[in-house]
Amino acid sequence: MRLVPVVLVLGLAGCAAAPPGEIADPYEPMNRRVHAFNKALDANLVRPASRMVKGDGASGPRPPGQPPGVLQMVGNFGSNLSLPGKVVNSLLQGRPEPAVRNTFRFAVNTTLGLGGLFDPAGSDFALPEIDTDFGETLHVWGVPSGAYLELPLLGPSTERDLAGKIVDFALIDPLDNVLTDDQKLAGTAARVVSKAGERAQFGSTVDSVLHESADSYAQTRLLYTQHRRYELKQEEDAIDPYAE
Amino acid sequence: MTHMPNSTRRGFLGMIAAGGALAVTPAHAMTAGEASAAIRRAVDEVLGIISSGRPPAQMYAAFAGVFQRHADVDAIARSALGPAARQMDAASFARFRDAMTGYIARKYGRRFQEFLGSRIEVGTARPLKSFWAVESTAYLNGRSPMQVEWHISDKTGQPRFFNLIIEGVNMLASEREEITAMLARRKGDMAALIADLQQAG
Repeated sequence: MRLVPVVLVLGLAGCAAAPPGEIADPYEPMNRRVHAFNKALDANLVRPASRMVKGDGASGPRPPGQPPGVLQMVGNFGSNLSLPGKVVNSLLQGRPEPAVRNTFRFAVNTTLGLGGLFDPAGSDFALPEIDTDFGETLHVWGVPSGAYLELPLLGPSTERDLAGKIVDFALIDPLDNVLTDDQKLAGTAARVVSKAGERAQFGSTVDSVLHESADSYAQTRLLYTQHRRYELKQEEDAIDPYAE
Repeated sequence: MTHMPNSTRRGFLGMIAAGGALAVTPAHAMTAGEASAAIRRAVDEVLGIISSGRPPAQMYAAFAGVFQRHADVDAIARSALGPAARQMDAASFARFRDAMTGYIARKYGRRFQEFLGSRIEVGTARPLKSFWAVESTAYLNGRSPMQVEWHISDKTGQPRFFNLIIEGVNMLASEREEITAMLARRKGDMAALIADLQQAG
Protein backbone atom coordinates (compact mmCIF):
# COMPACT_ATOMS: atom_id res chain seq x y z
CA MET A 1 0.00 0.00 0.00
CA ARG A 2 2.93 2.30 0.66
CA LEU A 3 4.00 1.97 -2.98
CA VAL A 4 0.84 3.40 -4.50
CA PRO A 5 1.53 7.13 -4.16
CA VAL A 6 5.16 6.97 -5.22
CA VAL A 7 4.75 9.74 -7.75
CA LEU A 8 3.06 12.04 -5.24
CA VAL A 9 5.59 11.37 -2.55
CA LEU A 10 8.43 12.04 -4.96
CA GLY A 11 6.73 15.25 -5.93
CA LEU A 12 6.68 16.31 -2.30
CA ALA A 13 10.15 15.09 -1.48
CA GLY A 14 11.51 18.57 -2.03
CA CYS A 15 9.30 19.95 0.74
CA ALA A 16 10.94 22.36 3.15
CA ALA A 17 11.81 20.95 6.54
CA ALA A 18 11.71 23.02 9.72
CA PRO A 19 13.45 22.45 13.05
CA PRO A 20 11.08 20.73 15.50
CA GLY A 21 8.50 23.07 17.00
CA GLU A 22 8.96 25.67 14.27
CA ILE A 23 6.92 26.30 11.19
CA ALA A 24 8.71 26.28 7.83
CA ASP A 25 7.40 29.33 6.02
CA PRO A 26 9.71 30.11 3.08
CA TYR A 27 6.79 31.61 1.12
CA GLU A 28 5.91 34.08 3.87
CA PRO A 29 5.87 37.23 1.66
CA MET A 30 3.46 35.58 -0.81
CA ASN A 31 1.43 34.01 2.00
CA ARG A 32 1.03 37.40 3.66
CA ARG A 33 -0.36 38.89 0.44
CA VAL A 34 -2.88 36.04 0.19
CA HIS A 35 -3.72 36.54 3.87
CA ALA A 36 -4.49 40.22 3.29
CA PHE A 37 -6.80 39.19 0.45
CA ASN A 38 -8.57 36.54 2.57
CA LYS A 39 -8.95 38.97 5.45
CA ALA A 40 -10.50 41.65 3.23
CA LEU A 41 -12.81 39.02 1.75
CA ASP A 42 -13.90 37.99 5.23
CA ALA A 43 -14.52 41.57 6.36
CA ASN A 44 -16.45 42.57 3.23
CA LEU A 45 -18.31 39.40 2.29
CA VAL A 46 -18.08 36.39 4.56
CA ARG A 47 -18.60 38.12 7.90
CA PRO A 48 -21.67 40.12 6.76
CA ALA A 49 -23.10 36.98 5.09
CA SER A 50 -22.57 34.82 8.15
CA ARG A 51 -24.22 37.48 10.32
CA MET A 52 -27.28 37.29 8.07
CA VAL A 53 -27.25 33.52 8.37
CA LYS A 54 -27.02 33.83 12.12
CA GLY A 55 -30.02 36.16 12.09
CA ASP A 56 -32.43 33.33 11.28
CA GLY A 57 -31.55 31.56 14.50
CA ALA A 58 -30.02 28.60 12.71
CA SER A 59 -26.78 28.74 14.62
CA GLY A 60 -25.71 29.29 18.18
CA PRO A 61 -26.77 27.04 21.02
CA ARG A 62 -29.78 24.95 20.11
CA PRO A 63 -31.85 23.42 22.93
CA PRO A 64 -31.45 19.65 22.73
CA GLY A 65 -34.47 17.84 21.33
CA GLN A 66 -35.46 20.63 18.97
CA PRO A 67 -35.41 19.99 15.23
CA PRO A 68 -32.35 21.32 13.36
CA GLY A 69 -32.63 24.58 11.43
CA VAL A 70 -32.33 24.86 7.66
CA LEU A 71 -28.64 25.73 7.86
CA GLN A 72 -27.93 22.71 10.03
CA MET A 73 -29.74 20.49 7.51
CA VAL A 74 -27.75 21.91 4.60
CA GLY A 75 -24.57 21.32 6.58
CA ASN A 76 -25.65 17.75 7.40
CA PHE A 77 -26.35 17.08 3.72
CA GLY A 78 -22.93 18.36 2.65
CA SER A 79 -20.98 16.47 5.28
CA ASN A 80 -22.90 13.25 4.59
CA LEU A 81 -21.72 13.38 0.98
CA SER A 82 -18.13 13.72 2.18
CA LEU A 83 -18.25 10.45 4.14
CA PRO A 84 -17.41 7.96 1.34
CA GLY A 85 -14.18 9.87 0.62
CA LYS A 86 -13.29 9.68 4.32
CA VAL A 87 -13.93 5.91 4.29
CA VAL A 88 -11.50 5.51 1.38
CA ASN A 89 -8.89 7.58 3.22
CA SER A 90 -9.23 5.57 6.44
CA LEU A 91 -8.71 2.39 4.42
CA LEU A 92 -5.66 3.88 2.69
CA GLN A 93 -4.32 4.70 6.16
CA GLY A 94 -4.78 1.07 7.22
CA ARG A 95 -7.43 2.08 9.79
CA PRO A 96 -10.46 -0.17 9.29
CA GLU A 97 -12.36 0.92 12.41
CA PRO A 98 -13.09 4.54 11.43
CA ALA A 99 -13.82 3.28 7.89
CA VAL A 100 -16.47 0.88 9.22
CA ARG A 101 -17.99 3.49 11.55
CA ASN A 102 -18.21 6.15 8.82
CA THR A 103 -19.72 3.55 6.46
CA PHE A 104 -22.47 2.76 8.99
CA ARG A 105 -22.93 6.50 9.58
CA PHE A 106 -23.37 7.08 5.84
CA ALA A 107 -25.84 4.18 5.53
CA VAL A 108 -27.96 5.33 8.50
CA ASN A 109 -28.05 9.03 7.57
CA THR A 110 -28.69 8.42 3.87
CA THR A 111 -31.71 6.21 4.65
CA LEU A 112 -33.20 7.13 8.05
CA GLY A 113 -31.74 10.63 7.79
CA LEU A 114 -33.59 11.28 4.50
CA GLY A 115 -30.61 11.61 2.16
CA GLY A 116 -28.38 13.07 4.85
CA LEU A 117 -30.53 16.07 5.87
CA PHE A 118 -30.81 14.72 9.41
CA ASP A 119 -28.21 13.10 11.62
CA PRO A 120 -29.83 10.15 13.42
CA ALA A 121 -26.46 8.31 13.30
CA GLY A 122 -24.93 10.96 15.53
CA SER A 123 -27.88 11.57 17.83
CA ASP A 124 -29.31 8.04 18.23
CA PHE A 125 -26.60 5.58 17.21
CA ALA A 126 -23.47 7.17 18.76
CA LEU A 127 -21.80 7.31 15.36
CA PRO A 128 -20.31 10.80 15.12
CA GLU A 129 -18.36 11.70 12.01
CA ILE A 130 -14.69 10.72 12.18
CA ASP A 131 -12.90 13.38 10.22
CA THR A 132 -9.99 12.57 7.95
CA ASP A 133 -8.60 13.53 4.55
CA PHE A 134 -5.88 12.62 2.08
CA GLY A 135 -3.49 15.05 3.77
CA GLU A 136 -3.72 12.77 6.83
CA THR A 137 -3.25 9.72 4.60
CA LEU A 138 -0.01 11.27 3.29
CA HIS A 139 1.04 11.93 6.91
CA VAL A 140 0.41 8.27 7.80
CA TRP A 141 2.51 7.28 4.81
CA GLY A 142 5.38 9.33 6.22
CA VAL A 143 5.18 12.48 4.06
CA PRO A 144 6.32 15.56 6.06
CA SER A 145 4.04 18.59 6.17
CA GLY A 146 6.29 20.74 3.98
CA ALA A 147 6.10 24.50 3.87
CA TYR A 148 3.22 26.49 5.30
CA LEU A 149 0.81 27.93 2.73
CA GLU A 150 -2.11 30.31 2.92
CA LEU A 151 -4.44 29.60 0.03
CA PRO A 152 -6.87 32.09 -1.50
CA LEU A 153 -10.44 31.41 -0.20
CA LEU A 154 -9.42 28.08 1.38
CA GLY A 155 -7.17 29.60 4.06
CA PRO A 156 -4.24 28.08 5.92
CA SER A 157 -2.66 24.85 4.67
CA THR A 158 0.67 23.20 3.97
CA GLU A 159 2.25 21.74 0.85
CA ARG A 160 1.21 18.27 2.01
CA ASP A 161 -2.35 19.30 2.86
CA LEU A 162 -2.76 21.14 -0.45
CA ALA A 163 -1.72 17.96 -2.31
CA GLY A 164 -4.23 16.13 -0.10
CA LYS A 165 -7.02 18.55 -0.96
CA ILE A 166 -6.39 18.14 -4.68
CA VAL A 167 -6.48 14.36 -4.41
CA ASP A 168 -9.60 14.42 -2.22
CA PHE A 169 -11.37 16.75 -4.63
CA ALA A 170 -10.34 15.19 -7.91
CA LEU A 171 -9.51 11.55 -7.38
CA ILE A 172 -10.89 9.60 -4.50
CA ASP A 173 -14.51 10.54 -4.02
CA PRO A 174 -16.33 7.28 -4.77
CA LEU A 175 -19.56 9.23 -5.30
CA ASP A 176 -18.05 10.81 -8.42
CA ASN A 177 -19.16 7.82 -10.48
CA VAL A 178 -22.61 7.60 -8.90
CA LEU A 179 -23.95 11.14 -8.78
CA THR A 180 -25.16 13.34 -11.61
CA ASP A 181 -23.53 16.71 -12.24
CA ASP A 182 -26.48 18.51 -10.63
CA GLN A 183 -26.24 16.38 -7.52
CA LYS A 184 -22.50 17.05 -7.27
CA LEU A 185 -23.14 20.78 -7.62
CA ALA A 186 -25.73 20.61 -4.83
CA GLY A 187 -23.23 18.79 -2.65
CA THR A 188 -20.53 21.39 -3.27
CA ALA A 189 -22.98 24.22 -2.62
CA ALA A 190 -24.05 22.56 0.62
CA ARG A 191 -20.44 22.35 1.77
CA VAL A 192 -19.90 26.06 1.01
CA VAL A 193 -23.05 27.01 2.93
CA SER A 194 -22.02 24.87 5.88
CA LYS A 195 -18.66 26.68 5.91
CA ALA A 196 -20.57 29.96 6.23
CA GLY A 197 -22.47 28.35 9.10
CA GLU A 198 -19.22 27.48 10.83
CA ARG A 199 -18.05 31.06 10.36
CA ALA A 200 -21.24 32.23 12.10
CA GLN A 201 -20.93 29.68 14.88
CA PHE A 202 -17.33 30.49 15.73
CA GLY A 203 -17.83 34.15 14.88
CA SER A 204 -16.26 35.80 17.89
CA THR A 205 -13.24 33.51 17.80
CA VAL A 206 -12.64 34.13 14.10
CA ASP A 207 -13.13 37.88 14.60
CA SER A 208 -10.68 37.86 17.46
CA VAL A 209 -7.98 36.06 15.46
CA LEU A 210 -8.53 37.72 12.10
CA HIS A 211 -9.56 41.25 12.94
CA GLU A 212 -8.32 41.96 16.46
CA SER A 213 -4.86 40.44 16.79
CA ALA A 214 -1.68 42.45 16.29
CA ASP A 215 -0.39 40.06 13.62
CA SER A 216 -3.33 38.05 12.33
CA TYR A 217 -1.15 36.23 9.81
CA ALA A 218 1.15 34.85 12.52
CA GLN A 219 -1.84 33.95 14.74
CA THR A 220 -3.61 32.11 11.91
CA ARG A 221 -0.43 30.24 11.06
CA LEU A 222 0.13 29.19 14.66
CA LEU A 223 -3.48 28.17 15.30
CA TYR A 224 -3.71 26.15 12.08
CA THR A 225 -0.40 24.39 12.66
CA GLN A 226 -1.18 23.49 16.26
CA HIS A 227 -4.69 22.30 15.52
CA ARG A 228 -3.57 20.27 12.53
CA ARG A 229 -0.82 18.58 14.55
CA TYR A 230 -3.47 17.79 17.17
CA GLU A 231 -5.79 16.28 14.54
CA LEU A 232 -2.92 14.11 13.30
CA LYS A 233 -2.15 13.12 16.92
CA GLN A 234 1.42 14.43 16.73
CA GLU A 235 3.20 15.12 19.99
CA GLU A 236 3.44 18.78 20.88
CA ASP A 237 6.14 20.04 23.20
CA ALA A 238 4.55 21.43 26.38
CA ILE A 239 5.60 24.85 27.70
CA ASP A 240 7.01 24.63 31.23
CA PRO A 241 7.34 28.17 32.63
CA TYR A 242 8.87 26.74 35.83
CA ALA A 243 11.77 25.05 34.09
CA GLU A 244 13.49 28.29 33.04
CA MET B 1 -2.96 7.66 40.38
CA THR B 2 -1.24 9.54 43.18
CA HIS B 3 2.36 9.20 42.11
CA MET B 4 4.50 12.27 41.80
CA PRO B 5 5.35 13.81 38.44
CA ASN B 6 8.53 12.21 37.15
CA SER B 7 10.70 15.26 37.31
CA THR B 8 9.74 15.89 40.93
CA ARG B 9 10.80 12.38 41.80
CA ARG B 10 14.02 12.78 39.85
CA GLY B 11 14.71 16.07 41.62
CA PHE B 12 14.09 14.42 44.97
CA LEU B 13 16.48 11.54 44.24
CA GLY B 14 19.02 14.04 42.99
CA MET B 15 18.92 15.86 46.27
CA ILE B 16 19.42 12.67 48.26
CA ALA B 17 22.34 11.76 46.04
CA ALA B 18 23.85 15.14 46.69
CA GLY B 19 23.48 14.39 50.38
CA GLY B 20 21.76 17.71 50.47
CA ALA B 21 19.14 19.92 51.85
CA LEU B 22 16.07 17.77 52.35
CA ALA B 23 14.44 20.65 54.15
CA VAL B 24 13.95 22.34 50.75
CA THR B 25 11.49 19.68 49.49
CA PRO B 26 7.88 20.79 49.80
CA ALA B 27 6.09 19.29 52.78
CA HIS B 28 3.25 18.18 50.52
CA ALA B 29 3.29 17.88 46.72
CA MET B 30 0.02 18.21 44.84
CA THR B 31 -1.62 14.89 43.93
CA ALA B 32 -3.47 14.08 40.69
CA GLY B 33 -6.78 14.26 42.56
CA GLU B 34 -5.97 17.68 43.95
CA ALA B 35 -4.97 18.94 40.51
CA SER B 36 -8.30 17.80 39.01
CA ALA B 37 -10.26 19.22 41.94
CA ALA B 38 -8.61 22.64 41.56
CA ILE B 39 -9.50 22.75 37.85
CA ARG B 40 -13.06 21.66 38.64
CA ARG B 41 -13.42 24.58 41.07
CA ALA B 42 -12.15 27.07 38.47
CA VAL B 43 -14.43 25.64 35.75
CA ASP B 44 -17.46 25.76 38.06
CA GLU B 45 -16.77 29.40 38.85
CA VAL B 46 -16.43 30.28 35.16
CA LEU B 47 -19.67 28.48 34.23
CA GLY B 48 -21.40 30.20 37.15
CA ILE B 49 -20.36 33.61 35.83
CA ILE B 50 -21.46 32.80 32.27
CA SER B 51 -24.91 31.66 33.37
CA SER B 52 -25.40 34.63 35.72
CA GLY B 53 -26.39 36.79 32.73
CA ARG B 54 -24.62 39.84 34.13
CA PRO B 55 -23.63 42.72 31.80
CA PRO B 56 -20.30 42.14 29.98
CA ALA B 57 -18.24 44.64 32.02
CA GLN B 58 -19.23 42.93 35.30
CA MET B 59 -18.61 39.52 33.76
CA TYR B 60 -15.09 40.45 32.68
CA ALA B 61 -14.33 41.77 36.18
CA ALA B 62 -15.58 38.45 37.60
CA PHE B 63 -13.43 36.49 35.12
CA ALA B 64 -10.40 38.55 36.14
CA GLY B 65 -11.15 37.51 39.75
CA VAL B 66 -11.26 33.81 38.81
CA PHE B 67 -8.02 34.27 36.92
CA GLN B 68 -6.31 35.90 39.91
CA ARG B 69 -7.54 33.23 42.34
CA HIS B 70 -6.92 30.13 40.23
CA ALA B 71 -4.18 30.98 37.71
CA ASP B 72 -0.49 31.66 38.18
CA VAL B 73 -0.74 35.12 36.63
CA ASP B 74 2.95 35.81 37.23
CA ALA B 75 4.13 32.73 35.34
CA ILE B 76 1.67 33.39 32.49
CA ALA B 77 2.77 37.02 32.12
CA ARG B 78 6.47 36.14 32.30
CA SER B 79 6.14 33.31 29.79
CA ALA B 80 4.01 35.37 27.37
CA LEU B 81 6.54 38.22 27.44
CA GLY B 82 9.51 35.90 26.88
CA PRO B 83 13.10 37.17 27.18
CA ALA B 84 11.95 40.82 27.55
CA ALA B 85 10.58 39.92 31.03
CA ARG B 86 14.09 39.34 32.34
CA GLN B 87 15.21 42.89 31.60
CA MET B 88 12.29 44.50 33.45
CA ASP B 89 12.28 45.96 36.94
CA ALA B 90 9.71 44.58 39.37
CA ALA B 91 7.41 47.61 39.21
CA SER B 92 7.03 47.64 35.42
CA PHE B 93 6.63 43.87 35.36
CA ALA B 94 3.78 44.21 37.87
CA ARG B 95 2.14 46.86 35.65
CA PHE B 96 2.49 44.57 32.63
CA ARG B 97 1.08 41.61 34.59
CA ASP B 98 -1.97 43.58 35.76
CA ALA B 99 -2.65 44.90 32.25
CA MET B 100 -2.34 41.35 30.92
CA THR B 101 -4.81 40.05 33.54
CA GLY B 102 -7.50 42.44 32.34
CA TYR B 103 -6.69 41.69 28.69
CA ILE B 104 -6.99 37.91 29.20
CA ALA B 105 -10.23 38.29 31.17
CA ARG B 106 -11.84 40.36 28.38
CA LYS B 107 -10.48 38.36 25.45
CA TYR B 108 -11.26 34.90 26.77
CA GLY B 109 -14.33 36.07 28.67
CA ARG B 110 -15.92 37.08 25.38
CA ARG B 111 -15.22 33.65 23.93
CA PHE B 112 -16.44 31.88 27.08
CA GLN B 113 -19.90 33.22 26.28
CA GLU B 114 -20.03 30.64 23.49
CA PHE B 115 -20.08 28.09 26.31
CA LEU B 116 -23.46 29.32 27.57
CA GLY B 117 -25.64 26.32 28.42
CA SER B 118 -22.80 23.85 28.00
CA ARG B 119 -21.42 21.25 30.35
CA ILE B 120 -17.73 20.76 31.06
CA GLU B 121 -16.56 17.44 32.46
CA VAL B 122 -13.21 17.52 34.22
CA GLY B 123 -11.30 14.26 33.94
CA THR B 124 -8.11 12.86 35.37
CA ALA B 125 -4.63 14.37 35.67
CA ARG B 126 -1.40 12.99 34.23
CA PRO B 127 2.12 14.12 35.11
CA LEU B 128 3.81 16.25 32.45
CA LYS B 129 7.28 17.77 32.86
CA SER B 130 7.23 19.52 36.28
CA PHE B 131 3.41 19.84 36.48
CA TRP B 132 0.06 18.11 35.91
CA ALA B 133 -2.09 18.08 32.77
CA VAL B 134 -5.81 17.81 33.56
CA GLU B 135 -8.16 16.66 30.80
CA SER B 136 -11.61 18.12 30.34
CA THR B 137 -14.35 17.87 27.73
CA ALA B 138 -16.72 20.70 26.87
CA TYR B 139 -20.12 19.57 25.62
CA LEU B 140 -21.65 22.40 23.63
CA ASN B 141 -25.17 22.31 22.26
CA GLY B 142 -25.32 21.14 18.66
CA ARG B 143 -21.54 20.78 18.28
CA SER B 144 -19.10 17.97 18.66
CA PRO B 145 -17.45 17.91 22.11
CA MET B 146 -14.24 19.91 22.54
CA GLN B 147 -11.14 18.69 24.35
CA VAL B 148 -9.66 21.23 26.72
CA GLU B 149 -6.45 20.39 28.60
CA TRP B 150 -5.35 22.42 31.64
CA HIS B 151 -1.75 22.69 32.84
CA ILE B 152 -1.52 23.21 36.56
CA SER B 153 1.35 23.50 39.04
CA ASP B 154 1.76 24.08 42.77
CA LYS B 155 5.09 25.87 42.43
CA THR B 156 3.52 28.98 44.01
CA GLY B 157 2.48 26.90 47.05
CA GLN B 158 -1.10 26.77 45.77
CA PRO B 159 -2.58 24.78 42.87
CA ARG B 160 -2.60 27.32 40.03
CA PHE B 161 -3.17 26.71 36.31
CA PHE B 162 -0.93 28.48 33.84
CA ASN B 163 -2.00 27.19 30.42
CA LEU B 164 -4.94 25.69 28.58
CA ILE B 165 -4.92 23.81 25.32
CA ILE B 166 -8.17 23.83 23.37
CA GLU B 167 -8.27 21.16 20.66
CA GLY B 168 -4.50 21.38 20.37
CA VAL B 169 -4.35 25.19 20.39
CA ASN B 170 -2.00 26.35 23.14
CA MET B 171 -3.09 29.58 24.87
CA LEU B 172 0.37 30.46 26.17
CA ALA B 173 2.01 29.90 22.76
CA SER B 174 -0.69 32.00 21.11
CA GLU B 175 -0.31 34.85 23.61
CA ARG B 176 3.47 34.68 23.30
CA GLU B 177 3.09 35.28 19.56
CA GLU B 178 0.52 38.03 20.11
CA ILE B 179 2.48 39.92 22.78
CA THR B 180 5.65 39.68 20.64
CA ALA B 181 3.73 41.19 17.69
CA MET B 182 2.23 43.94 19.89
CA LEU B 183 5.66 44.81 21.27
CA ALA B 184 7.20 44.83 17.78
CA ARG B 185 4.44 47.18 16.59
CA ARG B 186 5.51 49.58 19.38
CA LYS B 187 9.20 49.06 18.50
CA GLY B 188 9.93 47.56 21.92
CA ASP B 189 8.37 50.38 23.97
CA MET B 190 7.08 48.61 27.09
CA ALA B 191 4.97 51.52 28.37
CA ALA B 192 3.18 51.69 25.01
CA LEU B 193 2.61 47.91 25.09
CA ILE B 194 1.05 48.17 28.55
CA ALA B 195 -1.21 51.00 27.38
CA ASP B 196 -2.26 48.91 24.35
CA LEU B 197 -2.99 45.88 26.56
CA GLN B 198 -5.26 47.98 28.76
CA GLN B 199 -7.38 48.66 25.68
CA ALA B 200 -7.11 45.30 23.89
CA GLY B 201 -9.02 42.05 24.35
